[in-house]
Formats: sequence, C-alpha cells, structure tokens
Amino acid sequence: MMRVVTSEHQEKMSYLGLPLRSFRRLGRIVLIACHGMGQAMIMLGSATLYIRTIWRPRARHETMAQLYVTGIKSLGVISVVAVFTGMILALQTGLELRRYGQEEFIGSAVAVSVIREMGPFMTGLIIAASVGSAIAAQLGTMAVSEEIAALEVMSINPNRFLVMPRLVALALMMPILTVYTNMLGIVGGGIVGATQLGVSFQVYLDNATRYAENKDLFVGLFKSLVFGIIIATVACHQGLMTSEGAVGVGRATRQTVIISFLFILIVGYIITRLFYI
Amino acid sequence: MIKFENVTKRFGGKAVLDGISFEVPQGETFVIVGLSGAGKSVTLKHMVQLLVPDEGVVRIGDDVISAASGLELERMRGRFGVLFQGAALLQWLSVFENVALPLREHTKMSEEEIEKTVLEKLNLLNMQDAADKYPSDLSGGMQKRVGLARAIVMNPEIILYDEPTSGLDPVTSRLIDGLIENLRNELGITSVVVTHDLHSALAIGSRIMMIDGGKIVENAVPHKFIESKNETVQRFLESQYITRRGGWEKGMENHV
Repeated sequence: MMRVVTSEHQEKMSYLGLPLRSFRRLGRIVLIACHGMGQAMIMLGSATLYIRTIWRPRARHETMAQLYVTGIKSLGVISVVAVFTGMILALQTGLELRRYGQEEFIGSAVAVSVIREMGPFMTGLIIAASVGSAIAAQLGTMAVSEEIAALEVMSINPNRFLVMPRLVALALMMPILTVYTNMLGIVGGGIVGATQLGVSFQVYLDNATRYAENKDLFVGLFKSLVFGIIIATVACHQGLMTSEGAVGVGRATRQTVIISFLFILIVGYIITRLFYI
Repeated sequence: MIKFENVTKRFGGKAVLDGISFEVPQGETFVIVGLSGAGKSVTLKHMVQLLVPDEGVVRIGDDVISAASGLELERMRGRFGVLFQGAALLQWLSVFENVALPLREHTKMSEEEIEKTVLEKLNLLNMQDAADKYPSDLSGGMQKRVGLARAIVMNPEIILYDEPTSGLDPVTSRLIDGLIENLRNELGITSVVVTHDLHSALAIGSRIMMIDGGKIVENAVPHKFIESKNETVQRFLESQYITRRGGWEKGMENHV
C-alpha cells in the first residue's frame, strides 16, 4: 500500500518537476541579481562618501586621468555617431514632412528628439560600450591578478582609490558629452536639410531654437548624469567582482555592456515618463 | 603571534580548511607547504582577512582579525606586509610609485623623505636602477623584488609571502630566500611563507607545516620534518628528491 502511495506521489511530482525546477532557477537568478544590486549600491554609496577626498593629490591626478579617458578619448566616436544620428533623423522625418510640404519643420523635429532623447541615449550607449567596458576590463584584470587584494591589505579602500575617480569622471563628463552630441546632431540634421531637402541652414536653426525648450535640455542633461552614474556603478562593480581569470574578465566586460544598456533604456523611459506625462 | 583556532573554510560545500589550529611565534619564519589546492594560500589569506573563516578564529597577538572591520581591521592589516604570488604591482604606476604608494596613503612624510625611504628599500633589494621603470618592463623575479620592497616599506611586524619563488630560476629563487632570511635576522620580522618548493622551505624555515586535504599533516622544525613518518610528507619529500641524508642537512644546522 505504501509503495502505491509513493509511486502515485512520484508520478504527481514528475508533472510538477519542470515548473518547479524553472521556478527554483528563476528564484535563484532573482536572488543573485538582488545580491549584486545590493553590493553595487553599497559600493556606490561608499564611493560617493569618498568624494570629499577628491582634493588629495593622488585622487585629483586619477580623476583628471579618468576625465581625459572618458571625455577627450571618446570625442572621435561620439562625433561620428552624433553627426550621423542627426543626419538620419533629418532625412527620415524630412522625407515624411516633404509629403505634406512641411519640410522646414525638420529643425524642430531633429532638435527636440536629439536634445530630449537621442543625445543622452546615444552618448550613454557609446560611453557604456567604450569607457564602461574598459573600466570593467581594467578592474577585472586587477582583481584576478590580486592587485585589488594588495590594495585592501595595504588598507587602501578600492572604492576610494579606484571607484570614486571613475564615478566622478563619468558623472561630470556625460552631461558635457551630451551637450556636444546634441550640437553635432543638430548640425548633422542641418547639413541634410540644406543639401537634400532644400531647407536653408538659417531656417533650420530658427525652427530648431523656436520649438526646443530649456526643460528639454535640462531633462536630457539630468538623464545623462544618471546614465553616467549607472555606467560607472555597473562597470566598477562588475570589474571588482571578477574571478576566474581571463574568462572572468571577458564575462565582466560583456555583462557591463549588457547591464548598462538595459538600465539606460529602462531608466531613460522612467525619467521621460516622470517629466513629460 | 598568529594563532589559528579550529578554522574551517568551505567553498561550494567542500572544506578547503577543516578545523585547523596552529600558532606562528614571533620572529619565526614559518613555512606552509603542500600540494596544489591543499589550502595553503587560503590559510595565508585568512591571516589578513582577505577571507573570513566559516568557523573558528584567527588571532594576531591579542586581536581577533577574523572578526575585525573598519578602522580596526585597517590597524591590524597595518602590521602586515604581503608579497603576492604575481607581485600584484599596480601596472599604471612606476616601480618608485608602487613602493611609495603605502607611504603616500598612510603617512605625512614629505616627498624628500618618501624618496629616501623608497630608494633605501629598493637598494636593499638591488632594484634602485629600476625605480623609473613600469612593472611591464620587468622580469618576474624583478617584479617580485619590487613587490617585496613595497611589502617592507612600512616596516611591518609580519610579512606574508605567497609562493615567493614560483616561476623563478634557481638563482633568483635563492636570492629571494636570502632576502627573506636577512629580513628575519636583521629586522626580527615574523615571516609566513607559502611554497611548493621544499628546498626553499628547508633553507629558510624555522618551522614547516604541511597541509593536505584541508588538514595539518605535519608541523615541525626542519630536521624533524625531514624525519616525519607521515606518508604524505614522505611522498612530498621524495617527489623533490629530498632524503634524510640529503645535502640540506648541512644547511639546516642553523635551524636545529
């Protein structure tokens, strides 16, 4: 009798096996994600508190170096992407507007979408892919070669020594780069307007400045600041948590780009929702 | 000076250290030997709380380092210098800057004083000519010597060496051994050395402990270690062609 009950129970459990295993796996993923986010938040809080030490010579030097890497070294790729984003936007909207004889309005269409959304978004993606991945690779290599452990043993807090300068550099540089992206994007749109759609540059600029508001600029800059903090936090956390040698460094770099992209999209939407609806 | 009391550490459910207890007296060169994965480096990392035991306590003098945090942990770690297996030099800093880093971070010394101290330590390790070079320009042995200069620049009470001679040629290995001996003889520094190299262990150790499968299988002075009846120890000795009548008996006279 007992055997019959057991086999019935096993049969019932076999139907539940797959959903139970999937549910368990999902639970584990959620737990690991929450644990990682908690660690990243603690790291961010600690690095933020260390901003008060930024005037020390070594911290100042390291922050300047990071500002240079984030800002100056990214200008090339950002310039190309910004100009072509503006050109594509102008071409696509211009061709549609031309059907209604309204092509002179491409200035406002390009300016508003670049300043509100495309500028911070494209800058965030480029910086996440270039600077964020580089930070994760550098800190990851340091972690697997015991350089982070060496810092800890020397009582040099990695959050102060490594994370804080990168956080400050990205938080400062992202809005500046976004302004640069916005300007080049609008110029790129103007070039297409003048050469392909017969809208003079002066008309294009007048239209752009008439419809774009200060609020658009400030919300865009706020977004870019938040994106900078996200990229620094994700990249530094992934880098510092790296294990398992070269494979681990590769994983940290890939994860940094994926997680940053996801957060940039989600947080970008939330900020737009908060300020425009 | 350093005391492990029933320390257990598990990774993924497997006990890498299984309730080990031992003591490192002040001024000794205590060598930990064992096969790869035996738990030697894990033991060393517990001494500076790079790892925290699942069970048991690690003491440094009267302080419990395994339970310390914040400023208290920083103070306790300040008593240590550590030479990591790969030297762990910061790649974007020059040799001089690497060695000067702890002084710049933790002292109020002037740049002149820092320069004098750093060059003095580099001189001790015959690395003064490499002060302006970067770690990537140096050989493995040179990097280890710079790592050692950084480990001693704050004049620590205890130095931990993780595989100080691994990957080095025999001549450089003996040079590093000599440096470890000099530091103990001249400065009275307590040293803990983790190594596979029994020749090195017998040359510099005042006591040798062997770990196998997370447990201590032998803990003795060198001449007693060589005479150990433990099978694992005997196999380990034989694998490195060391016998009771080996040439190391002569070199051990100082330690008996």
